[in-house]
Amino acid sequence: MTIWQIVILASIAVLALKLVGYIVPPSFVEKPVPARITNLLTVALLSALIAVQTLGLGQSVVLDARVPALVVAAGLFALRVPFILVVIAAAGTAALIRAFA
Amino acid sequence: MRSAESSAAIRSAWAVGLAVSAYGVSFGALSVAAGLDIWQTCVLSLLMFSGGSQFALVGVIASAGASAGPAAIASAALLGTRNGLYALRVAPFIGGPLAKKFLAAHWTIDETTAVSTAQPTIEGQRAGFWWTGAIIYIGWNLTTLAGALIGDLLGDVSRWGLDAAAAAAFLGLLWPRLTQLQPVVVAIAAAVVAAVLTPALPAGIPVLVAALVAVVVGLTNWLGPKPASAGESPS
Repeated sequence: MTIWQIVILASIAVLALKLVGYIVPPSFVEKPVPARITNLLTVALLSALIAVQTLGLGQSVVLDARVPALVVAAGLFALRVPFILVVIAAAGTAALIRAFA
Repeated sequence: MRSAESSAAIRSAWAVGLAVSAYGVSFGALSVAAGLDIWQTCVLSLLMFSGGSQFALVGVIASAGASAGPAAIASAALLGTRNGLYALRVAPFIGGPLAKKFLAAHWTIDETTAVSTAQPTIEGQRAGFWWTGAIIYIGWNLTTLAGALIGDLLGDVSRWGLDAAAAAAFLGLLWPRLTQLQPVVVAIAAAVVAAVLTPALPAGIPVLVAALVAVVVGLTNWLGPKPASAGESPS
């Protein structure tokens, strides 16, 4: 696949999912199981992406400067520091460790 | 003249909208670092317009390139399912002709749902939805372009720690959802599943397998709240 095909197909899929909510009957929302699965799906995907982005290198698992950067990010989020500052701090932590390692 | 309810909703819209628009810079920079060009990055923000799905798509492409296309599309779509659920809550107060509903659907995301459903009156809900949607749509797309231009200038990804910034961005989206035991357990289990499977499966697939944790826990409601409080509000 080309990057353009991925970008267009994924965008159409995400937009279609938004439209589905305007078409299906509202009684669906009263049912707890689909609501619960959807909420937990977001949690599971985000957490799995964090693991892969922090530890993955191609198809291998490595421990490098990304791990302390993520620990710093978690600490700052716990202190309610704004999103954009935390992201910059995480990047800076990894960059500093790599510059002096 | 605007009612007090509308004014309160519009104030919330500005506060949330400006804060969220700032994320666009990190998305734009990470997307270019992942190998997308500036146009592709901007089309994602214009057309997909859902932060979690956009970060997921460029995250998979960053680790595996265009060959992981199907996994990248599936990750983005699965993260987009919650927007469909939000639409169910928002649709009753939107109303109007088909074109208006279509635009509303495009703008149905975490923040528009959170601001609008928090308003006490229908008038406030409508104002909250449309103002939040417009502010974030314009802000997110402008900051995406700015981030893409910055990322293009920076060049080498790991030297600037942009690979670590991606994980931190996902953590920022996840953090507000870790308010109860059940999502915390799902998050830990999904991370372990994805990490353990990474050496064994092609890039992008471990994340999709980890999503099954949510399906299993969601169906059984293991460690979940009592049924009366099962309908969670969007964050």
